[in-house]
Amino acid sequence: MNVSPPPPSNPSDAAARPASSGTAVGGRVGAAARGASVPPASGASLPPASGTSPAPTRGASLRRLIDRYALLLAWIATIALFGVLEPDTFLRAANFTSMFSSQAVLVVLTYALLVSLTAGEYDLSAAPVLTLSAMVLAILNAQLGVPVGVAILLALAAGGVAGVVNGILVVWVGIDSIIVTLGTGTLVSGVVLWISNSEMVSGISQTLVNWVIVPRLWGVSFGFVYALGLTVALWYVLDYTPLGLKLLFVGRGRRVARLSGLNVGRLRFGALVACSLLAAFAGVLYAGTSGAADPNSGDSFMLPAFAAAFLGSTAVRPGRFNAWGSFTAVYFLVTGITGLSLMGIQIFIQDLFYGMALIVGVTLSLLVRRREQRERDVAETPED
Amino acid sequence: MTAPTAETPPVLRLRHLSKQFGGTRALDDVALDVAGGAVHGLLGHNGSGKSTLIRILAGYHAPEPGGELELRGVPVRLPLRPGQFRELGMAFVHQDPALLPALTVTENLRIGAFARGSLGRVSWRREAAQVGALLAEFGIDCDPLARVERLRPWQRPLLAIVRAVDEVRRLTAAQGVRDGLLVLDEPTAGLGDASVERLFAVIERIKAAGFGVLFVSHDLDEVLAITDQVTVLRDGRVAGDGLTRALGKDALVEMIVGHRIERRTTAAATTPDGPPLAAVRDLRGPGVRDASFSVGRGEILGMTGLIGSGFAEVGALLAGALPARHGTLRIADTEQALPGLTARRAIATGIAYVPADRLRTGCVGELTVGENIGLPVLDRLVRGGVLAPRALAEHAGALCRRFDVRPADPTLRLEALSGGNQQKALLAKWLQLMPRLLVLEEPTQGVDVGAREQIFAAIRAWATDGAAVLCLSGDHEQLALLCQRVLIFRRGRIVAELAGADVTEERMAHECFASAAEQPV
Repeated sequence: MNVSPPPPSNPSDAAARPASSGTAVGGRVGAAARGASVPPASGASLPPASGTSPAPTRGASLRRLIDRYALLLAWIATIALFGVLEPDTFLRAANFTSMFSSQAVLVVLTYALLVSLTAGEYDLSAAPVLTLSAMVLAILNAQLGVPVGVAILLALAAGGVAGVVNGILVVWVGIDSIIVTLGTGTLVSGVVLWISNSEMVSGISQTLVNWVIVPRLWGVSFGFVYALGLTVALWYVLDYTPLGLKLLFVGRGRRVARLSGLNVGRLRFGALVACSLLAAFAGVLYAGTSGAADPNSGDSFMLPAFAAAFLGSTAVRPGRFNAWGSFTAVYFLVTGITGLSLMGIQIFIQDLFYGMALIVGVTLSLLVRRREQRERDVAETPED
Repeated sequence: MTAPTAETPPVLRLRHLSKQFGGTRALDDVALDVAGGAVHGLLGHNGSGKSTLIRILAGYHAPEPGGELELRGVPVRLPLRPGQFRELGMAFVHQDPALLPALTVTENLRIGAFARGSLGRVSWRREAAQVGALLAEFGIDCDPLARVERLRPWQRPLLAIVRAVDEVRRLTAAQGVRDGLLVLDEPTAGLGDASVERLFAVIERIKAAGFGVLFVSHDLDEVLAITDQVTVLRDGRVAGDGLTRALGKDALVEMIVGHRIERRTTAAATTPDGPPLAAVRDLRGPGVRDASFSVGRGEILGMTGLIGSGFAEVGALLAGALPARHGTLRIADTEQALPGLTARRAIATGIAYVPADRLRTGCVGELTVGENIGLPVLDRLVRGGVLAPRALAEHAGALCRRFDVRPADPTLRLEALSGGNQQKALLAKWLQLMPRLLVLEEPTQGVDVGAREQIFAAIRAWATDGAAVLCLSGDHEQLALLCQRVLIFRRGRIVAELAGADVTEERMAHECFASAAEQPV
């Protein structure tokens, strides 16, 4: 016989199996039904065999629920706060539609980072790539008269090239991604200044502008619709495809992923290229939003995007970079900024606010993970 | 001769040293004397208390009250502060030499001296000359200005030792202390025979320079070759001590293992019926110098040896986790070269590798049980373009129940499970791929007794169903329970094979600790 052996029989007899709890009689059905969301608040006791871990308590699942929606609550609280402080200006519908519309670029850039961060790579060149893409589009379309559709494709291609360079250096050469992208990012910024002559390029086709910022749905622009569509797409890829889970394993345990048969190099490479492509798409949206490209346009997005990605990883699926968490985080941050600026607070508050949000976001995401680890460590003895 | 006399107190004298960790007594009323100008061996199995004793000297652990420490006849209060050992004229050299490969020999050896010495300009020529003299004193032939990464691998531990000697001298010179104490913790792990001899030559010179050397090892032959006196620890107690030459090998083996070992003649190996399912020829790679073996269908083959003997690396080499330099692997009728083997191809060939380091190479603890189990088969679980979390949970849940992972909830984080249940989940992850060669590394490390039986049963069932199983472990009891045949490794080679009635703990311990002298290596 040269076929592989059949699965082994159950190593233990029936008596050794855990008694089914009241809610999960019949095992398979019960497990499937509760498989999707919160772990069960299983009060039913397992047999007192040695080595069983304590089942999660009701308190733990409640806390998990709070973890998930804390950021959403914080956003609502922020809206309420500024609604009370600035009822005349802040609560107007126009204010909200403009907030939603104007931040599509930031949302897309955040998702670019989300992809690379999930795979465990930092891409500091994402914001410069955004600028590059916007500038390539503007120069081709406004100065050289290339049709806007072609210009968009070439702008995306420029981003793709940057991603391939990052991928080669990080994966094949084996340099740390922070260093590589710090270098390529600066290089890309140099290229942008060079091709633009350090000047703003305006006069991008009105067609693109129409397709990005002109209000369409309930006064919200198409840019926001694209961002929303991308949120759904990213949610699907990260949470509902093997690819998303593979990227997660590559990011969390590269050695484990490799030993489990994943093509780790290709996944990391792909994540870096996808990140640059998304950043280039953000650049296209930027060009459409302003009808022009500025050689410094990407700079102001870099920090908010990282802040939103890390802050987002504390919500919805705490401990993981995720689309809806980042979406919430972007609008939480933007609401805060908008409210503060409506109160007449000076422009430097933006840097203060985003800088603080990044630190708080990273700290919180670390604390979430550390707390979960601590639960485990309590059970383990430190010495041999 | 080397015995401490009234006139020359020993460099190190320990009395009534005990240490309790939770419910286990790691050290129990241990006494130890190390004389100046002598090498004292500290022998014992893993977990015998050797490491705990060293850590107490290094100020890492506080011993139980009542322990006494004297250095050169002067009592020192316990517990020691971390780092206090320096002031007392002690130095430690651990398995990992802790040298900076990108710096030169001189920089590595004088790095401490710069910090403490002149803050002004460093005279490199003078430093290099001093280091050159130091190396010459201990018979080490290397350029003081060569970068450490350019040295031969065996030269590095020698450098670490000389650095320690130099450090002790510099510190003790200021205090007028004469005899230093050097603690060498498994200094020969990973070294070949010729390198061990070079290291011993250096130790002889250190001894001649008046140092007391505490040579910590579980390698009996080395202890016999280099030490003047020896203390054997077993289960935290002194199992015996005395002059090495007077005790001899058999007495020491008995002290280490704990009961008398009868020398039996090796029975003929019982080969399983039919051709072997998996055969490895001339395997060479990190830690393994040369190993050829085969595993039959339905056979559980054990591999063991001392730490650093190479048996533990075999699994990683076969699974593509470590790069092999040479060798071939044949499974059923397909043969392939081991160099260049990737984990992907190993899996495709039907190899499953369950590593010892569960939470770093086996699985990702912060992800869920279901995700970890499902990882190798994610693509098979996709329905209509969607990998539904429910499908994953169902698939993993069924496996959890089959392998009795408790609680059988695939949505829990894997690290929340106990060690035994983690291991059962890992077995589920790999056995769902139906491997023809299952390679297990320390399969029951950190696993409680109940789960251990279940894991054994799953392994046996898998072998019975027609697979070949390779079990790498330093736990001889486990191998005796599981395996029909056990190979003993030493210095990267297979030096003995036990089969049938010979697969006993005693025989394995004997072969591990005492086989080298009888075998052509």
